[in-house]
Amino acid sequence: MLLRRHNLGNNMSKTYEKYYVPAQSPWPIVGAVALFLIAFGAGNYVNEVTRQQPGFGGYMLAAGFVVLIFMLFGWFKNVIDESMSGLYSAQMDRSFRQGMSWFIVSEVMFFMAFFGALFYGRVIALDWLSGGSNNAMTFEILWPSFEAMWPLVKTPGGIETQAMPATGLPLINTAILVISSVTLHFAHTGLEQNKRGQLKIMLLVTLLLGATFLGLQVYEYIHAYRDLGLTLASGFYGNTFFLLTGFHGMHVTLGAIILLFVFFRVLKGHFTPEKHFAFQAAAWYWHFVDVVWLCLYVFVYVI
Amino acid sequence: MSAVVTDHEHEHHDHKPAGIKRWLYTTNHKDIGTMYLVFALIMFFIGGAMAMVIRAELFQPGMQFVEPNFFNQMTTVHGLIMVFGAVMPAFTGLANWMIPMMIGAPDMALPRMNNWSFWILPFAFLILLMSLFMPGGGPSFGWTFYAPLSTTYSGDSTALFVFSVHIMGISSIMGAINVIVTIFNLRAPGMTWMKMPLFVWTWLITAFLLIMVMPVLAGVVTMVLTDKYFGTSFFDAAGGGDPVLFQHIFWFFGHPEVYIMILPAFGIVSSIVPTFARKPLFGYASMVYATSSIALLSFLVWAHHMFTTGMPVAGALFFMYCTMLIAVPTGVKVFNWVATMWRGAMTFEVPMMFALAFIVLFTIGGFSGLMLAITPADFQYHDTYFVVAHFHYVLVTGAVFSIIAAAYYWLPKWTGHMYDEKLGQWHFWCSLISVNMLFFPMHFVGLAGMPRRIPDYALQFADFNAFISIGGFLFGASQLIFVWVLVKCARGGKKATAQVWEGAEGLEWEVPSPAPYHTFETPPVIK
Repeated sequence: MLLRRHNLGNNMSKTYEKYYVPAQSPWPIVGAVALFLIAFGAGNYVNEVTRQQPGFGGYMLAAGFVVLIFMLFGWFKNVIDESMSGLYSAQMDRSFRQGMSWFIVSEVMFFMAFFGALFYGRVIALDWLSGGSNNAMTFEILWPSFEAMWPLVKTPGGIETQAMPATGLPLINTAILVISSVTLHFAHTGLEQNKRGQLKIMLLVTLLLGATFLGLQVYEYIHAYRDLGLTLASGFYGNTFFLLTGFHGMHVTLGAIILLFVFFRVLKGHFTPEKHFAFQAAAWYWHFVDVVWLCLYVFVYVI
Repeated sequence: MSAVVTDHEHEHHDHKPAGIKRWLYTTNHKDIGTMYLVFALIMFFIGGAMAMVIRAELFQPGMQFVEPNFFNQMTTVHGLIMVFGAVMPAFTGLANWMIPMMIGAPDMALPRMNNWSFWILPFAFLILLMSLFMPGGGPSFGWTFYAPLSTTYSGDSTALFVFSVHIMGISSIMGAINVIVTIFNLRAPGMTWMKMPLFVWTWLITAFLLIMVMPVLAGVVTMVLTDKYFGTSFFDAAGGGDPVLFQHIFWFFGHPEVYIMILPAFGIVSSIVPTFARKPLFGYASMVYATSSIALLSFLVWAHHMFTTGMPVAGALFFMYCTMLIAVPTGVKVFNWVATMWRGAMTFEVPMMFALAFIVLFTIGGFSGLMLAITPADFQYHDTYFVVAHFHYVLVTGAVFSIIAAAYYWLPKWTGHMYDEKLGQWHFWCSLISVNMLFFPMHFVGLAGMPRRIPDYALQFADFNAFISIGGFLFGASQLIFVWVLVKCARGGKKATAQVWEGAEGLEWEVPSPAPYHTFETPPVIK
């Protein structure tokens, strides 16, 4: 199981504390409005951008994010206040932990869709396009000059690009992310042993490493577009490269934002060695993002 | 099983907030369950109206009422609405209402998130329905949105479709997380795994499937989006991709998805049959194992939707045999329901009638599924009305009938009043006859080669189609009786007792009818 048991008191079986069911909350409906604005805005914006027409989509999308951030602040403020005033029982804590674990499972499956596409493309689609299996005629009729290769630097349709090397910047980035997972672990042990100094420093180092990673990713994208001619539109290799690294980058960004808020809470003196679900959830998320990167590094860059 | 329902001196006990804010801001699982159910009913009628358009067009050969493009939009949006807007929210509504009461929990585990999951849905479907009014119309590529229909050949509304599916997925995932955590963490002491009602078991497994596959759907719509708008070629062979890749990813989501729409139905039928047969469920443990096996097998059968894409023979054989294997646990279930009724003291109230119809008609859908699973035979059946007949037998007389059965079964618990039994029987018999007029002849026109999703057809299918359309209109009209029953029951009627049904067992039948606003603030003890 993903969860780590903590000594949150031993009132599991005998006495039951009342399970805290919050009273009415305005935040869910605000969040639903935010998602509506984001989805409807994005749906229009995508058309406007690709057609280069003016429209309201972009504004609506931006408004959606503003409302979403407003909602998150309000919702989390409520949750933190409730937590700080001791309304949350050990059972409640388990609900949060299990909820977060299943959320991470769903995220794993999201990445699986893209990894699955990558494997299918490399192992099956490219082989078949070059006449593999029972597709000799497909090959002859469609693109007789096509050669299956990976990275796919020349598509059947003739788009050429260059591959991103595995060494150099990506390797440095891998090291950065792995180290950030280690520093976060030390921040966690600091919290558990009530060494607040270690907690603060290690958390800050983790954040800085995360920011460095993201900065280098941006640099790598610029390098890919400018120097290698590797773009989102340069065939299956570019597609999987940018979609996988891009969604990973978005997850790192989200993880870093979560850690930043955890850091602010640490500075305010929140969290105890026994009770620190928010910290734990952020750490799980960060480690998850790290593991995704390791898979990504192996399958996108190395192999 | 008996429960001690200790009453509580909670200050908010049974204090319902008033007005619209009650529904907008609620964290109460019963309120949220009601909203899900009402939403699903509205969507059922909107999606049903689209089906009426389809059947009106197909009443006679030739083009009658609508343009082919609009016909395609109707088939597409009918499918999307019925799957994501009617059946899934209805099951989630039932889960919200019943699971906390069945396991002795105070509410769902994450009540605020629960409300968020619900309120996303009306907005998601608002976007989908608004897209129908865009220039060029709404999505018209079938609910399965195969590439390149949804990429190269689709209209401007595709982006709206993609993002509405994204937020529907967010809603489903949050709902599923809530269900799983509630069942794992909020069971009353003594409610051990193998004491849980089967509805709870089947929903636990459904929620697991949702968490595993809804993100894959999000992934595949994202690839459709980038292929259409941002120049990627995931599903374009010229760029090294493959349109068949779309089908693989989609059906990796899609096949577990069809079990998401039927496993809770199994749970419902497993609750209703023992009540009206006045016997405990036959083979409880085998039901749990059968449900789990079906869920696991559902990840290994997706390519049976794609036999005609030209996959290697070894692949086709693997998917054929795995698919046929699913008949084994499903057969176990049908056997168990029948064995439960064996020598039972049966009565035939409306929930039982729908449950019995479910058992017979769902099994017909299961058998036509077995026929479709046979690869060489599927080459004949693929994309014909035989497929339409198959999945409407499992989804309408399967999933929808079970939802209706559940509504009749638990309605007295929700409203505190008995529904009108006579009207309910009318609803049942009208539905039963018309639904078979509607879908049974589709088997024959399908076997004779009538393709699905086409607004016109060859003349030899004319008589059958006229008959099918009449069945369709009658089935649609029959559902108005259902609304009548629901409204009548919500407004009043004979007082329901706590147990409601003589043979009913379980925690939900030990709280008063209507169930108090807050049940089990302190967990009951289950012996």
